[in-house]
Amino acid sequence: MGQTVTEKIIASHAGVEQVLPGEIHQVSVDLLYIHDNNGPIAIQQFALIPGAAVWDPSRVRFILDHHAPATTFRAAEHHRDLRAFAAKHGIELIDVGRGVSHAVVLEEGLVRPGQVVLGTDSHTVGLGVRGCLATGIGSTEAAAVMYTGRIWMMVPETIRVVLNGSLPPAVSPRDVALLLLRHFGPSFLNYMAIEFYGDFVDGLGDEERMAITTMCLEMGVKNAVMPVGEPDAPRADPDARYVSTVTFDVGTLEPMVATPGLPTNGVPVGSAVGTPIQQATLGSCAGAYYHDLATAAEILKGKHIAKGLRFVIVPNSSRVVAKAAETGVLSALVEAGAVIGSPACGTCAGYEIGCLAPGEVCISTTTRNMDGRMGPGGEIYLAAAATVAASALAGAIADPRKA
Amino acid sequence: MESMQYRGRVWKYQDNVSTDHILPSRFMTQVEPAELAAHCMAGIDPEFAAEVRPGDILAAGYNLGYGSSREQAPRALLHSGIKVVVARTFARIFYRNCYNIGLPAVVCPEFLDRVSGMDEVEVDLAAGVIRNLSLGESHSFVKPPAFLLDYVRAGGLIPHLISVSGN
Repeated sequence: MGQTVTEKIIASHAGVEQVLPGEIHQVSVDLLYIHDNNGPIAIQQFALIPGAAVWDPSRVRFILDHHAPATTFRAAEHHRDLRAFAAKHGIELIDVGRGVSHAVVLEEGLVRPGQVVLGTDSHTVGLGVRGCLATGIGSTEAAAVMYTGRIWMMVPETIRVVLNGSLPPAVSPRDVALLLLRHFGPSFLNYMAIEFYGDFVDGLGDEERMAITTMCLEMGVKNAVMPVGEPDAPRADPDARYVSTVTFDVGTLEPMVATPGLPTNGVPVGSAVGTPIQQATLGSCAGAYYHDLATAAEILKGKHIAKGLRFVIVPNSSRVVAKAAETGVLSALVEAGAVIGSPACGTCAGYEIGCLAPGEVCISTTTRNMDGRMGPGGEIYLAAAATVAASALAGAIADPRKA
Repeated sequence: MESMQYRGRVWKYQDNVSTDHILPSRFMTQVEPAELAAHCMAGIDPEFAAEVRPGDILAAGYNLGYGSSREQAPRALLHSGIKVVVARTFARIFYRNCYNIGLPAVVCPEFLDRVSGMDEVEVDLAAGVIRNLSLGESHSFVKPPAFLLDYVRAGGLIPHLISVSGN
């Protein structure tokens, strides 16, 4: 029987020819990365195992990205402890300021098609852009994987999502992500794998694709795989079994916003236009790549954000900052009134930068908009960079096609 | 060694209770049990941390534990004294995190159709039965795989790993 990409990756790492959805297998792990939000408990748990050694330090990375550079005294202590653990066990630590874990893992080329990649960030699924099985785990499981190099996985059902067409002006892959989330809802794809196909995804770069695969986590998926060019990459068999195939034409898509409460609350921007905002934000592994900053700069160049509004930008990697500095994007944004934070998760969860007071409203490229995510009583609309920049100019949610 | 039989009062919540609701990001650098317990459910129910009693059971609708991978969320529940979580469905990472820390996670829609907050409930994990003592009803659920029951018996994944590796 034919197998999907995900089934082939699980089979190859479980040492079997064929797997079926619902089976549970022990699979070997190619890369594990642990960040500073889940790291402190992971190293506590690892320390409980008498005399434990790390199974293969070359396959482990520590990345300080959630509270970085140390945003509180407590975070500084956690960073000290993580540094000491990494040094003791010969693990490479990617230090504060380099950026958000999976964005950095992508930039550094640490993943290959067909691999099993685990991260303590839920948005690890974003790395499926490289044709691997990348998924998130918690602290204790990360401690166990550091010790054994293995993890149990249930073979997921796979759904095929075909994206065809060319985007209209001022509409971006992030709008496509919000469309998919609205279509499938917050848990319809729980435990499942997505395989993306179609001429639209074929034409996207890895970072643009990350805006889509990263947000797939918000539909509950275990992994989200994009097609890649490497000849040795696992490919689905012609007779692979999918639970369903869903096709979208992105050619008629409008800019989207997800209204406060759930990332799946997407509506065309028109129904939210005019909503007053106090903050606009570019941030996160799904919305602060170079292309996001460049899009905002194009809209804001030579203009100034609305009076009384703050525009907080937290690039997701140091290379984004370097490139934006080189091309003039950074100065265009700063001259327009933006605040630039150091590369980190930052505003996405109100990690001590860009927080909201009760009653305040923010429009943001970040990943989530649950109640209180940027501060108790604050409301978050999720959108693409163009919509955020147009709204920053207007002081209210605005349609980027009219900016 | 856990008996895997639990009895307590029910705290009932809606669909899509996220880990951000269970333990908001602003508490994320806190990792000690008492700290986590003090802020448990701060994003959705400010009364919970003060009112919860050891042995209580948390019940919710679809997609419990949505969102962030933060293990601090199920740990906050565990350290608050919650012994079992019951839902219509669980978010994937949250489900794994629960068993990894020795907190049983049970799927039982029939029970959730009928239960009210503060009902007295008994869960027999090994038998796959949940009894609503307040209503005098009993519901069966699909037992988790045997190896996850082993995690619960041992008190979590790490104690289980230590016991099987002969340390």
